[in-house]
Amino acid sequence: MRILACIKRVPAPGARINITADGKAVDTAFLGFTMSPHEECALEAALQLSESHAGATTVLTLGPREAEEQLRYAASLGIERAVLLPITEIDWDAQRTAGAIVDAIRGIESEHGVFDLVLFGNESADSCGFQVGVRVSVALGRPMVNGAKSLEVAGEVARIQRESDAGQEVYELPLPAVVGVKEGINLPRYPTMKGRLASKKVTIAEHVTDVARGGLATATLAPPPADVHASLTTILGNGAGAAPAVVDLLEQLGVA
Amino acid sequence: MLLVVVEHDRGVMAAATEDALGFARSLGDDVHALWIGEAADELASQLGARGVAVVHQAHHDLLRDYGPEAWGEVIVQAVQRLAPDAVLATGTDRGNEMLAQAAARLDAPFAANCTAAERNGEWAITRVRWGGSLLEHATLDAPTAILSVALHTFDPAGVAVATATAAQPLIEPFTPELAAELARTLVRDRIERQAGITLATAPVVVGGGRGVGSAEGFAVLEELAGALGGVVGCSRAVTNNGWRNHTDQVGQTGTRIAPDLYIACGISGAIQHWVGAMASKHILAINTDPEANMVVKADSAVIGDLHEVVPAITAELHRRHPR
Repeated sequence: MRILACIKRVPAPGARINITADGKAVDTAFLGFTMSPHEECALEAALQLSESHAGATTVLTLGPREAEEQLRYAASLGIERAVLLPITEIDWDAQRTAGAIVDAIRGIESEHGVFDLVLFGNESADSCGFQVGVRVSVALGRPMVNGAKSLEVAGEVARIQRESDAGQEVYELPLPAVVGVKEGINLPRYPTMKGRLASKKVTIAEHVTDVARGGLATATLAPPPADVHASLTTILGNGAGAAPAVVDLLEQLGVA
Repeated sequence: MLLVVVEHDRGVMAAATEDALGFARSLGDDVHALWIGEAADELASQLGARGVAVVHQAHHDLLRDYGPEAWGEVIVQAVQRLAPDAVLATGTDRGNEMLAQAAARLDAPFAANCTAAERNGEWAITRVRWGGSLLEHATLDAPTAILSVALHTFDPAGVAVATATAAQPLIEPFTPELAAELARTLVRDRIERQAGITLATAPVVVGGGRGVGSAEGFAVLEELAGALGGVVGCSRAVTNNGWRNHTDQVGQTGTRIAPDLYIACGISGAIQHWVGAMASKHILAINTDPEANMVVKADSAVIGDLHEVVPAITAELHRRHPR
């Protein structure tokens, strides 16, 4: 089984997100980078499926050259092939991103065969657009369900469960299919030392591509309006001695 | 005209649809609804009371249950028939999914989780990023704007319903042309959840973070939650360490909670966690670090080791309220 996982390099903000002076981007000067949490689970799902179904795994990202860091991380977990779609802008809009990924997938598939499964994260952690995976699936004419909390493959069918208000919904997609994965579907592994060393030698294939911009253009970014918790914190006390003050509060709130 | 896609599950309207209906009313008076699948007739009057002038009912054998591709295709055909100024749904899992499907099929832009929209020639929208910790102001260039409304950020009751429309809406049935292939993504089966208090509905949540230190360390949090009729939650660091199941995770990629009281124990309060907890009515932080983001943002706090503070609170509760 051939599996492709698409990931995105995103800043790893701690307690707050700062914006650049021109208001157009997140100030990443003092930030590390990671990939979106859902995508860590997409990689893990790809690895688990390839282990149980004698599969071949590929990771792909569209991003700056520095996104090689995330591709090598994926390789250190055991993903065999890595593909970078390099861009020079900070970010591409969702239509443009999806168009480039579709081009790359078609190129790879014409050479190496169709991916039985293309995995995405449910949404990226930073832009939260909820659409790149769907756009790729529609362009490729493949079925897609987002938000998968369980994914099993039996024969030519991917069985997917996702959460709803009432419990879980079950979907059964014929392969080849596209699946958006949600965190919680698995617990991603950590790289081994051997994996880390091996990942340094993995060749990163590049697909240079350009696609027309889409119709949604970011003008500026802004912090959200002050929230209801913005007022000063009341310190009830220190250590175990604060317990009576806490229970006073619980009684005031009507929860004790 | 503004077209709101009604989210429903086999005929039961999702409460979240209110957000999109209210948002649409704030944009204009001519609000239509798209009901996908049968069983809309009795709901037409409910929609009238929410300012809907016309309900477009899409009937087709394929629409017996939800399916992202089939619903997306129905939205496409409704947009092509009706040419609305905007098509809206609420930014739930299904709402974002079906609008993304429609936008992909139309090769049109889609703005997810909007908090504001205005049309001056082009559409100017505001949407949330990073799970709500950043706003994006953007322009959207398309004949029909495809927008989802950020859940719980818009007060639908704040937009009055024009009395002229608060009557029985017109029903306009239409039969979309749907390829049989679209049945491949319909819901096949369901697994019902067992009844009980969940993280999303509990009045009190006691959350633990890295500071809890181990899976066993959660025992004191379980005791406090039990004494308050609440449930235990946790941060992403905890699930990544395998101390708790992901179903207990509060955060951007976990559950969004909105309890009367959230007690955050040993949680630093990174963005990932904060956006899942910020809708709590009162936040009490227990942390050794008075500078921790969770302490700074909380309504109240105790500075100290949760392993001492939490059992002391439980003991004080039992002392005052013996069972």
